[in-house]
Amino acid sequence: MALGSDASEGMEYLERLPRRLVTLYLPLAVFLFVLLFPFYWMTTTTFKPDDELYDYARFNPFWVHHPTLAHIEKLFFETSYPSWLINTLIISVASTTISLFCSVCAAYAIERLRFSGARYVGLAIFLAYLVPPSILFIPLAAIVFKLGLFDSDWALILTYPTFLIPFCTWLLMGYFRTIPYELEECALIDGATRLQILWKITLPLAVPGLISAGIFAFTLSWNEFIYALTFISSSENKTVPVGAITELVEGDVYHWGSLMAAALFGSLPVVIMYSFFVEYYVSSLTGAVKE
Amino acid sequence: MASLAPVQRTARAIPARRRRLAFRLLDDRNFLGLAMIAPAAAFLLVFLAYPLGLGFWLGMTDATIGQPGRFVGFANFVSLAHDQIFWLSVFNTTLYTVVASILKFGLGLYLALLLNRRMPLKSLIRAVVLLPFVTPTVLSAIAFWWIFDPQFSIISWSLIKLGLIHQYIDFLGQPWNARWSVIAANVWRGIPFVAITLLAGLQTISPSLYEAATLDGAGPWQRFRFVTLPMLSPIIAVVMTFSVLLTFTDFQLIYAITRGGPMNATQLMATLSFQRAITGGRLGEGAAIANAMVPFLLGAILFSYFGLQRRRWQQGSRD
Repeated sequence: MALGSDASEGMEYLERLPRRLVTLYLPLAVFLFVLLFPFYWMTTTTFKPDDELYDYARFNPFWVHHPTLAHIEKLFFETSYPSWLINTLIISVASTTISLFCSVCAAYAIERLRFSGARYVGLAIFLAYLVPPSILFIPLAAIVFKLGLFDSDWALILTYPTFLIPFCTWLLMGYFRTIPYELEECALIDGATRLQILWKITLPLAVPGLISAGIFAFTLSWNEFIYALTFISSSENKTVPVGAITELVEGDVYHWGSLMAAALFGSLPVVIMYSFFVEYYVSSLTGAVKE
Repeated sequence: MASLAPVQRTARAIPARRRRLAFRLLDDRNFLGLAMIAPAAAFLLVFLAYPLGLGFWLGMTDATIGQPGRFVGFANFVSLAHDQIFWLSVFNTTLYTVVASILKFGLGLYLALLLNRRMPLKSLIRAVVLLPFVTPTVLSAIAFWWIFDPQFSIISWSLIKLGLIHQYIDFLGQPWNARWSVIAANVWRGIPFVAITLLAGLQTISPSLYEAATLDGAGPWQRFRFVTLPMLSPIIAVVMTFSVLLTFTDFQLIYAITRGGPMNATQLMATLSFQRAITGGRLGEGAAIANAMVPFLLGAILFSYFGLQRRRWQQGSRD
């Protein structure tokens, strides 16, 4: 929606090309270069053989002269990387599903059922959204340990909703607000129960909102770090971000090729997902701020 | 409560028997509402509210990993007050937050203004700009770690080739170099978020306002200062609150690039609390450091709350 609109053109037709070049294209090119360079660097490092990687005198570092798959092979066959990928996927899907279910119910109850105290619950959820994981991870570690969840997928599946539910609920509340209430009234008069209305009328209309919330929640849990670092200890149970930073560095030897391959393949799933749902992602990002 | 009104109106218009039904529905509404909020509430109470309280308690005990610990009152805070590393981390956190937030705001707003203009491949460029925000922070931080490598830094190599410097820069080995390096990485990651959200705000400003201002003789700077900024200020308040909140409590970027080194020069309060509580095993002390961040967070939340209030007022007081 926001991405495609050209309503802001205004008086720009008055500008001449040389002026546009200096005031628009040049700064934009600098921004794009800086923002994208780390990805370029990540990718080229992944495909460079070691002798090329550490010899800038003979090989220009900006280009890959003899591409190799050795780093990728090492990453996938000599480390636990595949199991980290699978763990991260399981944890992200499970915690996103749980959070979406809880958030749909909560957002519908707050926004549409309007039970007494709904406003305060809504405010409490907004405040919960502002509690950062950095001040929660120590007591949470104690709780996770006491519940016997330490070093299992469940430790993360059950704790990620603490930041996903507030976000998704807040987003879905905003989305439900845009669905005309009259539709629900019609259904009420026709004798539908509240749950039927939610299931058959509101949810089908809220699919774009659900996708937005789901995509964003998935990337948030895929990217999560501090809980995964604290609650998981054995190598094969780690997630991609934690495994990459803790397991791939052997003493003082940095295998930059496989480290960059780990970063590249850990980013690809979210980037691919993002590229399919850019608009939804952007609308959830901006929606959470605007609502 | 706007959406309640229509139901009550229908209830008034129909006979008494039906009205009792409506009241029963109202009862149901409470029951059903609580039932539907229950799963979310359970999660947030057990894994958010309870740990929040437990954290305050832990901060006042001498708990270690494996031992529940005794109540020691404010002893942890007293010892922290004499702890130079703690004060260094407070300084680092403040510097990191202030400098990174200002840069993110300035550059983000500039990028948003650029992206708001007419150009070919507009939507593609906008989609690409958000990539640093989408990819996992730790993984892009590893890329920065490699970019900042003392021997093979591509930045040093390029600057030498351009003849601007004569030896490789020790990005992460010197305290101030390390501080600027992690700030740069943080700004890199934060710009897209600020730019894309501010862009959404810019798109809601009607072009006719700019035309009117131009007719009144306003130049480009005046149009920005007296049209764009005032119209954008509510969303700026919210975006920057989030940005400050995230920067202040940042953990992963530092952990991935420097782990707080060299000589605690990039140690933030969050990384110090992790180091003391999890690596060092002194849960109580770590929790006390985490609790010391709360006053700042409360400040940010209040700021956000009043920012939101003003936005409603500007929209014409809807609910």
